[in-house]
Amino acid sequence: MNKRIAGSGIGRRSFMATGLAGAGILAMPNVLKAQGRSLKVGVYGGYFKESFDKHIFPEFTKATGIAVESVAEPTGEVWLVQLAQAAKAGRAPADVSMMSQVAMLKGQAINLWTGLDRARIPNSDNLIGKFINSYPDGRVAGIGAVAWYITLVSNTKVYPKAPTSWAALWDPANRNRLGLLALVSNSFLLEVTAKTFMGGTEALNSEEGQLKAFGKLAEVKPNVRLWYRDEAQFEQALKSGEIPMGQYYHDVTGLAAADGHPVRSTFPKEGGILDSGCWALSRASKKVDEAHVFIDYMSQPSIQATMSRKVGTAPTVKRNLLDLSDDEFASVSSEIDPIVPRYDLYQARSDWLNQKWTELIVG
Amino acid sequence: MRREPARTFSDLLPLLFPAAVLVVFFVIPFGIMVAVSFFRRQQGGFYTVDFVVANYERFLTPFFGSVLGFSLFLAMAVAVCCVVVALPFTSFLSGCSRRVQVVWLVGILAILSLSEVIIGFAWSTLFSRTAGIGNLLAALGLMEAPKALLPGFGAVLTGMIYQALPFTILLLYPSLMRLDPSLLEAARTLGASPLRGFVSVVVPALRHTIAATLIMVFVFALGSYLLPQILGRPQHWTLSVLITDQAIYQSNMPFAAAMAVFLVLISLALVGLVLLVGGRREAA
Repeated sequence: MNKRIAGSGIGRRSFMATGLAGAGILAMPNVLKAQGRSLKVGVYGGYFKESFDKHIFPEFTKATGIAVESVAEPTGEVWLVQLAQAAKAGRAPADVSMMSQVAMLKGQAINLWTGLDRARIPNSDNLIGKFINSYPDGRVAGIGAVAWYITLVSNTKVYPKAPTSWAALWDPANRNRLGLLALVSNSFLLEVTAKTFMGGTEALNSEEGQLKAFGKLAEVKPNVRLWYRDEAQFEQALKSGEIPMGQYYHDVTGLAAADGHPVRSTFPKEGGILDSGCWALSRASKKVDEAHVFIDYMSQPSIQATMSRKVGTAPTVKRNLLDLSDDEFASVSSEIDPIVPRYDLYQARSDWLNQKWTELIVG
Repeated sequence: MRREPARTFSDLLPLLFPAAVLVVFFVIPFGIMVAVSFFRRQQGGFYTVDFVVANYERFLTPFFGSVLGFSLFLAMAVAVCCVVVALPFTSFLSGCSRRVQVVWLVGILAILSLSEVIIGFAWSTLFSRTAGIGNLLAALGLMEAPKALLPGFGAVLTGMIYQALPFTILLLYPSLMRLDPSLLEAARTLGASPLRGFVSVVVPALRHTIAATLIMVFVFALGSYLLPQILGRPQHWTLSVLITDQAIYQSNMPFAAAMAVFLVLISLALVGLVLLVGGRREAA
């Protein structure tokens, strides 16, 4: 289930092709069905795309007459590089793509996204304000598609009692037992450290605070058995109890538990990590009208509720507009104040943070 | 038979196609990579065309030096282990009947067809606590309780040797097949043990092949990116892993390109050094 992270799928060779051959290889030919209106939509490959193909896109085509050709996209930043290279060549491998926040902002920095007209997306008024991404000049770059939580997960056989706090990651009893995400910009562990031990993510405002968080985070190293880039790598180990605790996606863990695997996802008392994906339109795409229709359709409360039920994502529209029962809502979200990633830092200080992070875990 | 030097343009024509392939698929991409390595990184975005050396400056630190050192050491260790294992095996294989050879070679080729991903995940299962060979060892009484044998250097080395060994055998096989069996027979007649004959006749006779194989396997292992990640701890990550992180996850192409250029130059230098030393010794 490669949803947000591409790892195992990218072999050495395909990476070389991606990195070196440049736009020529990256820009896939723009093949579209000749008859009728259509739209190419990029969603995370694997389980995500399957669920969308099955539950969401056919209904959209029925309602609007626009055929959807879904494209399996790799994790945010990989797809971002491909979209950017293709756009330089005037091509759009997908018209609309679901992009994570860090990738959204990087795309905004190079003006990759077509400005959207909210007057033509009336349903976007249903959204919680923070899920709408804007350029500094006010143009709308992306409209929130889904949100997801990264939480504290554990194997129920190894841990009969659920952990209650992110502090469990630091517990000496958990030596060599954790699986954590390998990158500073997708693990958001600095924010977790700040919220758990330093009073909140504002503690990361200064370099001093960031260094302090790195220092605290270094204490977690002996407990980590796997720093994973690929979801499949950790998910399997979590299910078998090989690596019985770690951070993972709440939605996927819930599905694994529903399938009978001995795993659980816990919202720690400091909150789960809340990340989200936006719908964004590549500037190379000519399907501006269809894209607006699509994004408007996806912003309806009923569709958001369907996604929560079928895909397990947290909705981006306001709670009071949804017909989700309390139980249904609780299964995809939490009332606990979430840890919101410091996206601003991954913009302004990304190289410094990445360097410190790499030295921390590799050194 | 001496090769005649080319006299007319038409004599060179057959070379045009390979030369064109080399230019299109190697020289141009490598040139692009070198160019990108001097571009200016735009933090939080991509890069702008420029000529700066900041990417190389960032790389020239003790931290990246130690990662590069480890990558080279790992590739060398894999190359040496593979040759040490493959040489006696291939020597033995070359003495077997045709039918036995074919069966082995097909098996070896089959392993070569496995992707790094499959090899990595297979070994991570084999080395796991819950389903791995630790259980077998515990059942046999060799281990008190099943233990995970990964992540660690041993696991990385095992995985990479497994991946490179078929390649090594196939590189050594033709030379060993061509080796005149009467050489070894003569050594035996003169009273050498099989081991002595192998070490003092077969190995020296094949020194060029062995040196070439070491270099090829070294280069093959140097690019490994997935196995260190799946089977090792972060301190076992190779430079290729960090290059991937920069190129794919940080969208920092200039820095990734600078690291890749460095890796290529260092490995070319090492290969050149080996050839130089080998050539000198030959001349002496």
